Amino acid sequence: MRINTRTNTPVWLIALLPILSIGVAFIIGACFILWAGESPFKAYAALIKGSLGSTFAITESLARATPLIFTGLAAAVAFRAKFWNIGAEGQLYCGAMAATLVGTGVIDLPAPIMIPMLFIAGAVAGCLILLVPVVLKTHMKVDEVVTTLLLNFVILLFVNMLLEGPWKDPMAMGWPQAARIIDNGVLPTIVAKSRLHLGIIVALLMSVLMWAILRFTVWGYEIRAVGHNQQASTFYGISINKSVLMVALCSGGLAGMAGGSEVAGLKGYLTLTLSPGFGYTGIAVAMLAQLHPIGVIISAIFLASIYVGADAMSRTIDIPNYIADILVAISLLSVLVGAMLTRYRIVWGK
Amino acid sequence: MKKLQFSKICKSFGSVVANDNISLSLGEGEILSLLGENGAGKTTLMNILFGHYVSDKGFIEVEGKKLTPGSTRASLDAGIGMVHQHFTLADNLTVLENIILGTEPLTRLWSQKKQAYKKLQELSKRFGLIIDPDAKIADLTVGEKQRVEIIKALYRDASILILDEPTAVLTPQESEQLFRVLKEMVKAGLSIMFISHKLHEILEISDRIVVLRHGKLVGEVTTKNASKESLAEMMVGRKVTRPAYEKLKKGKAVVELENVSLNASEGSASLSNVNLAIHEKEIIGLAGVAGNGQTALASILQGLASPSSGELKLFGEVLRKFDPCYLTESGVARIPEDRTKEGVIGEMELWENFLGEELRTKAKSRFFIDKKQAVSSAEKLIQEYDIRCEGPFASTRLLSGGNIQKLILARSLSNNPRFIIANKPARGLDEGAISFVQQQIVNAKTKGAGVLLISEDLDEIFELSDRIAVIFDGKIQGPFDSNKVSINEVGLMMSGEMKADSVYEN
Repeated sequence: MRINTRTNTPVWLIALLPILSIGVAFIIGACFILWAGESPFKAYAALIKGSLGSTFAITESLARATPLIFTGLAAAVAFRAKFWNIGAEGQLYCGAMAATLVGTGVIDLPAPIMIPMLFIAGAVAGCLILLVPVVLKTHMKVDEVVTTLLLNFVILLFVNMLLEGPWKDPMAMGWPQAARIIDNGVLPTIVAKSRLHLGIIVALLMSVLMWAILRFTVWGYEIRAVGHNQQASTFYGISINKSVLMVALCSGGLAGMAGGSEVAGLKGYLTLTLSPGFGYTGIAVAMLAQLHPIGVIISAIFLASIYVGADAMSRTIDIPNYIADILVAISLLSVLVGAMLTRYRIVWGK
Repeated sequence: MKKLQFSKICKSFGSVVANDNISLSLGEGEILSLLGENGAGKTTLMNILFGHYVSDKGFIEVEGKKLTPGSTRASLDAGIGMVHQHFTLADNLTVLENIILGTEPLTRLWSQKKQAYKKLQELSKRFGLIIDPDAKIADLTVGEKQRVEIIKALYRDASILILDEPTAVLTPQESEQLFRVLKEMVKAGLSIMFISHKLHEILEISDRIVVLRHGKLVGEVTTKNASKESLAEMMVGRKVTRPAYEKLKKGKAVVELENVSLNASEGSASLSNVNLAIHEKEIIGLAGVAGNGQTALASILQGLASPSSGELKLFGEVLRKFDPCYLTESGVARIPEDRTKEGVIGEMELWENFLGEELRTKAKSRFFIDKKQAVSSAEKLIQEYDIRCEGPFASTRLLSGGNIQKLILARSLSNNPRFIIANKPARGLDEGAISFVQQQIVNAKTKGAGVLLISEDLDEIFELSDRIAVIFDGKIQGPFDSNKVSINEVGLMMSGEMKADSVYEN
């Protein structure tokens, strides 16, 4: 067996890759379900029913997909320029904090102004916190993987401190949660009797916007160029540091918007359970989408459906909803292995 | 009995036939040259010999015994040693450590350095390969590193030595020295296969010459009966025309360097007090062994670095903004040293790479990319420069080196530049592409551009340049009129063994 480099990768292969990876994930996942003593068919049927089987299920999946689109975009944009922002989780909470700060009664404006303000506040907070790793990287060559990852813990602990202390809502009967977002700031639901809120529209718009930026603008060209080849980018006169900064601002901003959207849309207030790891799942979303902004929409919805479906499944049959994490993890691994196979070809025999 | 025998080797990759029924042999104590352009199949043949590839048909025998195909270990055990064009040495280890690396079983806890030391010294004495076993590789010159590579092969008891373009990185004098060593080695019974496309060297060193073209063995001559012209024709398959040199009346200075210095960043040579003027309608060739400051000089002229002291005048005005976009905009054509890593972004499409340099120039700096216009101008340039590709939307990495260089030339020369900084523009290209590249540069000169041609190939420098400057250790000597200086003198200056100030007037 030997590995040869492919000179040309057909487009269909790249398109097929995520689908195949998901297939592999479900097959391996079936083994775990069998191990847990249930029929995989029954389990998967329950999973699909729970995520797509009713209007309610679908809206739940889409509501869960909303923050994942934001964090998925945050990862995709950053990774395109080879800026490894692992800190979307922390940036999300920063966005949530900013939205809480602005949206809990300090100012009260009509909804059409209030709502954009919350998103902007979230984005700005996400940007600002990411500036720390960026400046460390561009000026002192500190590895951003380490700094962005560790900042997550700093931020989470900070949120915890706020919620146990100054921001603790006295009306919450002792629960560590902040005050509610005022009525004018709450994102309206877009399907009656559901939790699907305006955030998804913003998320979709952001996807299209990022796609258009990457594809049609000089700036997008530079992001892609820096991601592919820094030496040639320098030769072309592109400032690497400037591109990294711009990419980081986008990435942090998108992650921050996820926080704003969750606080003002889904929960209505800031808690420590706001995000069950949306920031990290965003990385899986981005990889599964092969860093394509439009692909992020599809993969976010898909992963969200798995999570929502697994929750429903765990209520009907005796399979814990951890199976969702397993499925997502396996599909991510499969995509990574598969991505290698689009670049190299394994030749069996001598 | 033949030392090494290739019998009817065939190898194809998909529809490309890399080796087509090649049979050749190497006798004991013989130096055989393998001549051919890039893509002629030399490398494939050597990879088959070393077990990196398995031939589709045919076999190889070493001293009458069949070589196990596809096994590098078998080739090494059979006594075949290879000195690669790009050294495979660990910089942070000593000479001795590099040589024993990989020869000792992993299961042994301590290495037998003492015996190795003795063996190394014996070898080094026997063949005149003088080297300090305790020196760090990083501290060695290129010529010394090559010596280490040769000793490494000999240490493993190689009796057949393959040298892949060994002189590409050497000064003429260093090459001479290498040849003396090689002749010493064949006297001791070793057999050598010498891969190169430098004709005069092949004529000097080898006993017999084998020529490959498009995967076929097209000629086999004893060196006595060969000439430069006949070999070149055999290699290319037709008469080779190099651009004719024409002296023009030089015009105003386009670039003037006054006491320019650049302190080295990590791992590269610095530049000290360089004075040089390049005029319209002239080509100045800058000769020098790689790593003597060419990169630093080129990076200044390409706007990638600003000098730490001194002044640079571009078209008569002091340049303050060392910025690639500004230079491109002012009429500087930049041909980078590493065309695939620096000149283009392989993963991007052709039209995007055509746009690369202009992206941020004033004329183009809009928020949106004008794709329609970019694609149509890419199409035009693809036609004009005969770039073989599937069209403007093809992925750039699929292009051959020659076509990538054409893309870079098209991009930079189509704007009628007034100054061209060409860093090794023809390196690693085949004959057809070389003459194309050189012709383009000569044409640009005729149109009025001043050219600084940085090259390690002295033949190229002498063929094209009006004046020749030599760079050694960050300092420049010359320029001298190209008909008033000899290759030998330039070679001596390249190795720092000759100061020219007293002999010539600038």
